[in-house]
Amino acid sequence: MDTAELLALYEQMALIRRTEKAAHDLFLQGLVKGTTHLAAGHEAIAVGASAALLPDDYVFATYRGHHHAMARGATPEECLAELMSRATGLCKAKGGSMHLTKAATNMLGSYAIVGAHLPMAVGAAWSARLRGTGQLAVAFFGDGATNIGSFHEALNLAAVWKLPVLFVCENNLYMEYTRIADVTAVPRPAADRAPAYGIPGEVVDGNDVVAVQEAVARLARRARAGDGPAVLEAETYRHFGHSRADPATYRPAEEVERWLKHDPLDIAHGRLIEAGVPEETVTAADERAQTVVRQAIEAAKSAPPPDPREAFTDVWADGGAAWRT
Amino acid sequence: MADVITYREAVAEGIAREMRRDPSVVCLGEDIGEAGGVFKTTAGLFKEFGRERVWDTPISEQAIVGAAMGAAMTGMRPVAEIMFSDFLACCWDYLANEIPKVRYMTGGQVTVPLVVRTANGGGLGFGAQHSQATENWALTVPGLKIAAPSTPADVIGMMAAAIRSDDPVVFFEHKGLLASKGVPPPPDHVVELGHAAVVREGADVTLVALASMVPVALKAAERLAEEDIGVEVVDLRSLVPLDMATVLASLGRTSRLVTVEENPYQGGWGATLVSVVADEGFALLDAPVRRVAAECVPLPFADVLEEQVIPTVDKVVAAVRSLAAY
Repeated sequence: MDTAELLALYEQMALIRRTEKAAHDLFLQGLVKGTTHLAAGHEAIAVGASAALLPDDYVFATYRGHHHAMARGATPEECLAELMSRATGLCKAKGGSMHLTKAATNMLGSYAIVGAHLPMAVGAAWSARLRGTGQLAVAFFGDGATNIGSFHEALNLAAVWKLPVLFVCENNLYMEYTRIADVTAVPRPAADRAPAYGIPGEVVDGNDVVAVQEAVARLARRARAGDGPAVLEAETYRHFGHSRADPATYRPAEEVERWLKHDPLDIAHGRLIEAGVPEETVTAADERAQTVVRQAIEAAKSAPPPDPREAFTDVWADGGAAWRT
Repeated sequence: MADVITYREAVAEGIAREMRRDPSVVCLGEDIGEAGGVFKTTAGLFKEFGRERVWDTPISEQAIVGAAMGAAMTGMRPVAEIMFSDFLACCWDYLANEIPKVRYMTGGQVTVPLVVRTANGGGLGFGAQHSQATENWALTVPGLKIAAPSTPADVIGMMAAAIRSDDPVVFFEHKGLLASKGVPPPPDHVVELGHAAVVREGADVTLVALASMVPVALKAAERLAEEDIGVEVVDLRSLVPLDMATVLASLGRTSRLVTVEENPYQGGWGATLVSVVADEGFALLDAPVRRVAAECVPLPFADVLEEQVIPTVDKVVAAVRSLAAY
């Protein structure tokens, strides 16, 4: 990867990190309701994987999906407006934090029932094959999803039908409040299961954007060549708790400290400096990200709330909600 | 085409007509390919359309419906089979949480034009886990359309409407009707969802029925005619959209209402229908309403036990008679 591309990926990660920080702060100010599941710490997976995909590939994500939505084309303004229940939100304020979706760029949704979207990605890959488009489908999911039935049903069907789909697990060591290792029969919850379905299961440093990009690019080439699905388990760590309600006190202090030192932004930063990029250039990228997010916060704050009549649109394809004559 | 067609053959014929018309229609499900389906409702499709259009799946209900959803979101019109409607529970997340909500929660960005077909209801002695009438399950979920045809012609016409629908449709094929026969409909026969049919006219009591209960209602009406009670039978055909206009118009003629449903009384569709009538058509009524529905027990195996539980012609006749005399 050349330094210009790496710098662009760094800036994208910085933009996501700043947006996550904004979501956190706006929640504390009472401007974001419900809950948020922040992905701070996971940025390299969304950004690295997206860098390896083509623009019309399909992406499906989980309720922890801010980073995927932004890595696949959603702007910080659209996302923050959605979180702040504004009419200009990505989903017209009908989805919220857990359902960020940008269909125009084939980011086909964030799903809040754990594991549910894996078969959908299989279906999108199946459809791509039926239509002969060469598109790939990617499902991003957490380690907790690997113990759900649909994970296993999806892997098996994708393998049997040899579909171009990648299953990318963001293993942040905890499924909600409980260590995944304490409730899972194998050490690598995603990668160790892949061989049972006759497909490759790889592990990658999920905090190294270059390593993620390379791994996804390799598995994507394989899938596009007709060699079928693969599982990539990306090791990472969340900077915050599971959700806004969780201070994550169950995590040992030394573990948290160790992982915070292994920050995806720091790693990319180090790689840039090592490649001879001046510190000022990296700082400038940070500042650009900061400016974009600051403007996004102001724009979202000044956007109007949704028209109450919107509660009764979009159930059906005709735009309405009528269930009877 | 033959002079008569069975309900079972109508299912495959309805799908085949749409597959010939639209290359984006594909089928997936357990045993639907070369085997032609456990009820032979997909017989002939694999031979005509091949393995790129008719896909056998593992026994993986979540993967079947989840994959159908993903395909529907990306340009295909999948027709997924869940073998017995009882098994809808195995993929209920997709029917309750994913398929019906994605359009709404994405602010209208995503369309899910799929059909989930399933064999519904009792009458064949399959025991409690293969015999339920479950259309009321789907009725609790905003965002699903629900079709339940009672005749071969309606199977074909409603299958066309369901597959062409840009909205998700759960299509209930009744096991007890599979061998029934009817006149095959002409080419390009479409029965839009949300249009009930008055299948028998009568001036005294309106009998609203669905799927397997339509022939039961018609038999009851015949018997009641001998007692000079004129029964108007309305075949609802779909639960969502629900054709209340036809029901209320019929009540305007008869002023008495009985619903006949195979799903349990508790939470059955008749309750919804009756509540709308109470709200909007109270002045049309000259008598209380009656609901004939299945009892709130799991469906038993033996015929003699099942008859206790499911609506029968006798039970319907008794309900209508009591109302006519009110």
